[in-house]
Amino acid sequence: MAAGKRLLLGDDQPSIGEALIKAMDMSPADVVFEVRESDIRGRGGAGFPTGIKWNLAGAASGDHKMVICNADEGEPGTFKDRVLIEKMAWKLLEGMTIAGYAIGSSHGIIYLRAEYPYLVPILEKARQDLISQGLLGDDIQGRGFSFNIEIRSGAGAYVCGEETSLIESLEGKRGEPRNKPPFPVNSGYLARPTVVNNVETFAAVPHILLGGAEWYQGLGRDDCSGTKLFSISGDVENPGVYELPMGAALRELLELSGAKDIAAVQVGGASGSTVTPDELDKPMSFSALPPGGSVVVFNSSRDMLDVLENFMEFFVHESCGQCTPCREGNRRLLDIIRSIRAGEIASRDDLKPFFLLADVMKAGSKCGLGQTSPNCFVDIITKFIAFPGDKEGA
Amino acid sequence: MPNISVTINGITTSVREGVTVLEACELAGVEIPTLCYHPDLSLAGNCRMCLVEVEGWRTLAIACVTPVTPNMVIHTHSKKVRKARRTVLKLLLANHNVNCPECERNRNCELQELSEKHNITTNEYQTTPKPVSVEEVSPGVMRDNSRCIMCTRCVRTCEELQSVAVIKPVGRSAEIKISTFMDRGLDGVACAQCGQCINRCPTGALFETSEVRQIWEALEDPEKFVVVQTAPAVRVGIAEALGLPTGRSTGQMVASIRGLGFDRVLDTDFSADLTIIEEGHELIGRLGQALQAGDPNVHLPMITSCSPGWIKFIEHKYPHLLSNLSTCKSPQQMFGALVKTYLAEKEGIDPANIISVSIMPCTAKKYEKERPEMNASGYKDVDYVLTTRELASMIEEAGIDFEHIAEEKFDRWMGHSTGAGVIFGATGGVMEAALRTAYEVVTGHEIPFEGLNVTPVRGIEGIKEAAITMPDRMADGFEFLAGVTLKVAVAHGLSNAERLMKKVSAGEADYHFIEIMACPGGCLGGGGQPIPTSPEIRRKRAEAIYAEDAALHFRKSHANPEIQLLYAEYLEKPLGHKSHELLHTTYTPRKD
Repeated sequence: MAAGKRLLLGDDQPSIGEALIKAMDMSPADVVFEVRESDIRGRGGAGFPTGIKWNLAGAASGDHKMVICNADEGEPGTFKDRVLIEKMAWKLLEGMTIAGYAIGSSHGIIYLRAEYPYLVPILEKARQDLISQGLLGDDIQGRGFSFNIEIRSGAGAYVCGEETSLIESLEGKRGEPRNKPPFPVNSGYLARPTVVNNVETFAAVPHILLGGAEWYQGLGRDDCSGTKLFSISGDVENPGVYELPMGAALRELLELSGAKDIAAVQVGGASGSTVTPDELDKPMSFSALPPGGSVVVFNSSRDMLDVLENFMEFFVHESCGQCTPCREGNRRLLDIIRSIRAGEIASRDDLKPFFLLADVMKAGSKCGLGQTSPNCFVDIITKFIAFPGDKEGA
Repeated sequence: MPNISVTINGITTSVREGVTVLEACELAGVEIPTLCYHPDLSLAGNCRMCLVEVEGWRTLAIACVTPVTPNMVIHTHSKKVRKARRTVLKLLLANHNVNCPECERNRNCELQELSEKHNITTNEYQTTPKPVSVEEVSPGVMRDNSRCIMCTRCVRTCEELQSVAVIKPVGRSAEIKISTFMDRGLDGVACAQCGQCINRCPTGALFETSEVRQIWEALEDPEKFVVVQTAPAVRVGIAEALGLPTGRSTGQMVASIRGLGFDRVLDTDFSADLTIIEEGHELIGRLGQALQAGDPNVHLPMITSCSPGWIKFIEHKYPHLLSNLSTCKSPQQMFGALVKTYLAEKEGIDPANIISVSIMPCTAKKYEKERPEMNASGYKDVDYVLTTRELASMIEEAGIDFEHIAEEKFDRWMGHSTGAGVIFGATGGVMEAALRTAYEVVTGHEIPFEGLNVTPVRGIEGIKEAAITMPDRMADGFEFLAGVTLKVAVAHGLSNAERLMKKVSAGEADYHFIEIMACPGGCLGGGGQPIPTSPEIRRKRAEAIYAEDAALHFRKSHANPEIQLLYAEYLEKPLGHKSHELLHTTYTPRKD
């Protein structure tokens, strides 16, 4: 169904352990080098170059380095990691093990979204299978490298998808972001050098190792490398998870999924960007439309102010409450959305303080939640909402 | 760390690598507004007041947390920064209970001060203020979350400085608040009532349980004979609370208190000296039992019991060590027990008509006076406790010109101070006072420190240790101590106390005597002292305390002529029958 090569969810899968064994034939530095050359960037949404992260963690001083998989898939409209774990859990575990080998870690943790309890047995079975095949655990394949993986469940907070909040949560504390620096690669879980990557990022690693950096890079479009999973939902005929070249045009995905009468598309979840039908040819790339995992389609019957209020309610609920701009700012944005709905805002000019507020939240919040939650406000108000005082054609 | 070059507002300067942007700006003379930052605490970085612009950064940086890097270019009041700071401030004010005149912290509030400095006159984000909610009523400390700005300074104080950790953020986002386990309130958890959280709250969310009204009523009642005692640390704090520089102001304090209408103005230093006599003999007694009689069941180290926050802490957390505590009441409660017995007799007043007030640098003293065992006189030994801050508010209300008032002296019978009593107000002071007396009792000679200054137990270090070897020739009856090296330790702040107690519990400490004060710096840093507090402010108060000690004629507790009279006329001897009745107490193991 998808154009281009499907890797992560394709029919043609490498045999289990093949990539790990190949990695162990290489030096850890060469594995990091390969991942770095592949140009893969984090598939959770922020898009930090994975190879650089591994390199920093590998070079960091400190014992008991950690590999953590962020499976706290919480962005509204995202369900790609869930599908990936259901179908290919082994690949995630193998990717983590390769990461462990590359950075010099013998311990991994999967932080699984609280709402995915049914994935625990699936992950557990995959883990046991790998252990029984000598591909996980102590002294893997008699090569002197040991790596163990623990599966832990989150407690239902969206903010714990932010890596430092996730680490706090794993440490048994309140899920709240930390100040950076220090970054987790230097001081993460229990102050150990820690790599945190998304499920999809780890799952791509075996393919990179087997196919090579150059090959993987060539799979992407625009300035991107590799393939990407997209969860598409909303007003489409065939919602689901699609795999496309990273950097593919949004229109391509919409056509595949049978979207019709498109009025607005939200790319990258509630904290992503909301685009008009004029913008569908933009590539889903980090520089144009950062994709995260979610694409939600709204047709012309949808009230976009309704949509905005719904998203803002979500952020007001999910802010951890620690820093001022996010704790107070989201509430004030929700208040003003409700004022708009009540017809109390005559003109766009009346909203100036709230666009300023959005700017301050983006620039001054402690973590990605508050830095991105105003995106939907700015996009939807600017592009989709008309005011009585607007000049004609606005 | 080498020096690096950074540019702040266009001026390039050299700073040590590793300092924060806030520190670098401070060195460069550039003021950055802060709220969640406090020099005593870890860095939270949550208020976002100290945002600055760093060239090349995608977002603004927070100055308090961000370390400087080589050639960093920082702008502290660019348009972007100014807008962000004003917005943050407006967001904090938007639902804040801004009924400032009703607030304990009016005119001494960091949020109010920043609002003024930033000229916040209108607020586009104004919304319904949080409702007034004085949820946590406890004898010493109260909280009103309508004034809370979620800076978490109280949380960090409770956890980091005090190892008490009974207040935490609860809930999230709009519903977040600082609360106790299951909203039990401070009275329902292991709160030490130390009030350190109050001293570090930037607004009026935390404050002492006030008794000012009751005291005005007592003063205005002609039937009542109102007696007041003043703790050592109050005299080096009260000036600050009235907007004057830190310093000794005992004479002005006495005159001002008398001016308020108290019938007798007396000195807790007197009962501090009394504590030394009783506690010193108790220690010598325990040492005798252990060293002379070879009794293995003697509870050593003996630990001081002057600090009620400390007592509550040990009752909750180390109940198995309660027998190590001295049985001596705190100076406040010794004083209270004597006011309605000894002083009543001396003055010829019916104790039923006496109102016993104490002025303390402390909120835990408010809790202590409510303990059920504190009625040895047959009445409530101490009726009301005022903090240094509350005293200042009464002096202001009465229009007394503290700065220029002619100095006066304490009244007699229980008003004579020695230097030993005064230094109770600083960490190490009880230890030093005890050593000055105990050494002389057992050897017949003054303690061999220049000017009687036992310097090893002074200073701001969290845990201090000292060892004093006794001479070969002892006074009669104390030969068992000849050549013995007495080991002592001093801790201030409950986190340091906890470190020591862990050692004691594990049998890893061979001290004979330990002094513990709940508050950082000792009583001079108490929860009832003027706000703000910082290591520098506490250092100045300690200087004033030791200057007061050095200036006094009598420096040793046993030399206090009023103490000598008290024993001659009333108590007979240390640890005697009357002492046990009035001056000693028991402790209660507590669950959370």
